[in-house]
Amino acid sequence: MQQTFVQPEFRVKIDYDKCHKCGRCVQQCGWGVYDFAERPIPHDEKCRACHRCVTFCPARCITIEKNTLAFRENDNWSVGLLKAVWKQAETGGVLLTSMGNPKPYERIFDHLVLDACQVTNPSIDPLREPMELRTYLGRKPDSVQVASDGAGGFTLAEGAGMANNIELATPIIFSPMSYGSVSLNVHRSLAMAAERLGILMNTGEGGLHEDLYPYQDHIILQVASGRFGLNPEVLGRAAALEIKIGQGAKPGIGGHLPGEKIDREVSATRMIPQGTDAISPAPHHDIYSIEDLRQLIYAIKEASGYKPVGVKIAAVHNVAAIASGIVRAGADYVYLDGFRGGTGAAPAVIRDHIGIPIEIAIAAVDQRLRDEGIRNQASIVAAGSIRSSADAAKAIALGADVVAIGTATLLALGCHLCQSCHTGSCSWGITTQKPELTRRIDPEWGAERLTNLVHAWSHELQEILGALGVNAVESLRGSRERLRAIGLDEQTCKILGVKPAGM
Amino acid sequence: MAYDLERYESFGVERYRDESPFKIHGGCGLAGICDESGTLMSGEVAIQAMAVQRDRGNGLGGGFAGYGIYPELSELFAFHMMYHDTAAKEAAEAALSESFTIEVAEPMPTRPVKGIVDAPLLWRYFLAPHPHLLEERELSAEDYVVQVVMNINSRVDGAFVASSGKNMGAFKGVGFPEEIGHYFRLEEYAGHTWVAHNRFPTNTPGWWGGAHPFTLLDWSIVHNGEISSYGINARYLEQFGYTCSLGTDTEVAAYLFDLLLRRHKLPIELACKALAAPLWSEIDRMPAAERALMTSLRAVYGPGMLNGPFAIVLGFNGGMVALNDRIKLRPLVAARSGTTVMVASEEAAIREVMSSPDHVWAPKAGEPVIARVEGMEWPIHGELHLGPAEISCAVTGTEHSCEPVEVAV
Repeated sequence: MQQTFVQPEFRVKIDYDKCHKCGRCVQQCGWGVYDFAERPIPHDEKCRACHRCVTFCPARCITIEKNTLAFRENDNWSVGLLKAVWKQAETGGVLLTSMGNPKPYERIFDHLVLDACQVTNPSIDPLREPMELRTYLGRKPDSVQVASDGAGGFTLAEGAGMANNIELATPIIFSPMSYGSVSLNVHRSLAMAAERLGILMNTGEGGLHEDLYPYQDHIILQVASGRFGLNPEVLGRAAALEIKIGQGAKPGIGGHLPGEKIDREVSATRMIPQGTDAISPAPHHDIYSIEDLRQLIYAIKEASGYKPVGVKIAAVHNVAAIASGIVRAGADYVYLDGFRGGTGAAPAVIRDHIGIPIEIAIAAVDQRLRDEGIRNQASIVAAGSIRSSADAAKAIALGADVVAIGTATLLALGCHLCQSCHTGSCSWGITTQKPELTRRIDPEWGAERLTNLVHAWSHELQEILGALGVNAVESLRGSRERLRAIGLDEQTCKILGVKPAGM
Repeated sequence: MAYDLERYESFGVERYRDESPFKIHGGCGLAGICDESGTLMSGEVAIQAMAVQRDRGNGLGGGFAGYGIYPELSELFAFHMMYHDTAAKEAAEAALSESFTIEVAEPMPTRPVKGIVDAPLLWRYFLAPHPHLLEERELSAEDYVVQVVMNINSRVDGAFVASSGKNMGAFKGVGFPEEIGHYFRLEEYAGHTWVAHNRFPTNTPGWWGGAHPFTLLDWSIVHNGEISSYGINARYLEQFGYTCSLGTDTEVAAYLFDLLLRRHKLPIELACKALAAPLWSEIDRMPAAERALMTSLRAVYGPGMLNGPFAIVLGFNGGMVALNDRIKLRPLVAARSGTTVMVASEEAAIREVMSSPDHVWAPKAGEPVIARVEGMEWPIHGELHLGPAEISCAVTGTEHSCEPVEVAV
């Protein structure tokens, strides 16, 4: 075999003076980094810096370092670009990667700051006063029609009021990740946590495993271009249905699941043969225009007994026009996925160069729907990437009803963002179907960690609301007046509808 | 923020424009009194109620609205006008005479009061719309009046309509309210309902037109508070075509009442529940039918919910409504003495006016105090059909809000 030009990214260093020679690192590593000959021998080139071995080494004698080989300085040709050229010259292939876009584009969330109340209006103490996060996901009527109840009071007029909304205890839901790309134990963890939290998990496009049926009131079932795992019976087993048009990490292309990850269970759930690649078509082949989408939305509504139907799209240049069309086509919510959103597998060139930031997409869509007087007709779910409760608060202030978190949930389960989900060898047992790895996640343990995470963020949202002097999340939603920009250009501020700090 | 005082020297619409880029913060005091039997009370009552609440303002704005004050001219629209100069007066009067038969035109009766300086020219008119114009344009008298108000406030430089309802009037300006009240000789008027306000603006010098109450037709609104949800309230209203151009919370509250009461036809009790919504924990304990109603009300009108500290009194020809925010962050005390209902920021005001009230209570958060004058009709706006852009424009006098906004139905 020819010598590769691509040198290892990391150096695995073992302090053999401390090493117990127990071999746990060998057993823990999903990538096969270690050989064992009286002591563990690392092969640096296989290391993904996932820190599984580091975490479980009883002697704490392993460190992973960057392989800091010196290159002649070149601001134009980064080392990453050199390696990409060498790899492609070796293989002739598209470079695959996973998780969200890591490139140093401006992170707008980090240029937005929130307000607080002082003197003229008081802040509210979230430790002592109610601080409400309850959110209803779905279409709202323009107004509430009431009738007299005959006893001096009022009641909803017949047929009036809000139907088909999903009550969420907090405006944070789990974003779609398919069974197949992640393990069944991850799905179980998400479903159990969603039930305990009073929120929703999302199956992604891989269908609904029957082990999750008990949690069906807390599940969004996706209908993607591959139509995996769908039939009328399954459509009935979800709180809401979601048509996946696009994904922030890979706008314009469909899902990729290599045959290696399609074992018997995945095959049964997806309703496809075992071991075949599950490559979703780039577009839905029955949606070539907005009127086709409308037909699909109503077909799904009919088939599911008029459950809420959402549409997920990637944030791209004309996202506002697309979202407006989606709302007019009858969707109950629009799910916007920003270009930082994660993926289990995507071509690096697509992930790193297509799409727009979620902050811009929320602002543009929210404003467009308001301009058209149809903002109440659909909720906005924003994702890709919400990294903290602060991001969530800022997304909500820009106009999102709900945020969806994916990467953060995987981090809670052990993910270290090594960007290797597509290999199917995740040492943390998350994005793999190998039984010896998937059993590393105990759903009960996973559900507890996810519940903790969302509880923590919700408490932080309450702290933020209190500082803002409001006691319900609907008073922050779309309230861009409570945001200020630091270091954003005038045009971006205008698009965001946010004043610069000092104004 | 440094202020260029010269920018505030000009009066009228220009000042609105100057104030509007900044959110106006402020605390305030207020009072409202209504005799449900329709018995008339001297304006002195309202002055007394405000005088004991002097410390709640800083002398930069005081105002009153009285109802039932022009019984002999109750079929005519009473216009209270403020003019920067005689040119503005001439221009506005030309517009008025084009549109109305002017039955009475006279200077507002005032007296010199220490502390009141730089008053604009203050005139009042009693007007009847030309019937042939209403027919020609297929408008109700109320629609027509709002259009004229809109036109004067936005297009006649230096003229401002302080109030435009029937059998009512607003008296407001820069000064402490008791000074303003005496300046306008309010003790010479008698009304069944009075609302009053004492302003404490923190970041503008205050100007005559900017004092409360804000009015349109016979509606008047006085407000003590700071709506922390202003941003989303304003954006919500924009979706229905209203333009919030003053940057004041009061404007937002006024439009929300217009939207909920007039356009969405909600009963006043429910409109108050939408604006100062009960907590979910309370809603969850309600009987099923009420719970369904409140859940819908909150989910649908969530963006319009007024969050943050406020006390509001809404006055109109049929009575008044006082409302506190949902967790009572601003003071509001209510009392009843016989047929008289009174609300005020401080109990002192009530004790000053009512010698021995039957009942004094602190209204609970979000529980409206409603006083209805016996025998008076409730469709508060009369026959008003105009769109929100016109309402915004009439209230604020900012021309850009006159552009009709297309709203999908």
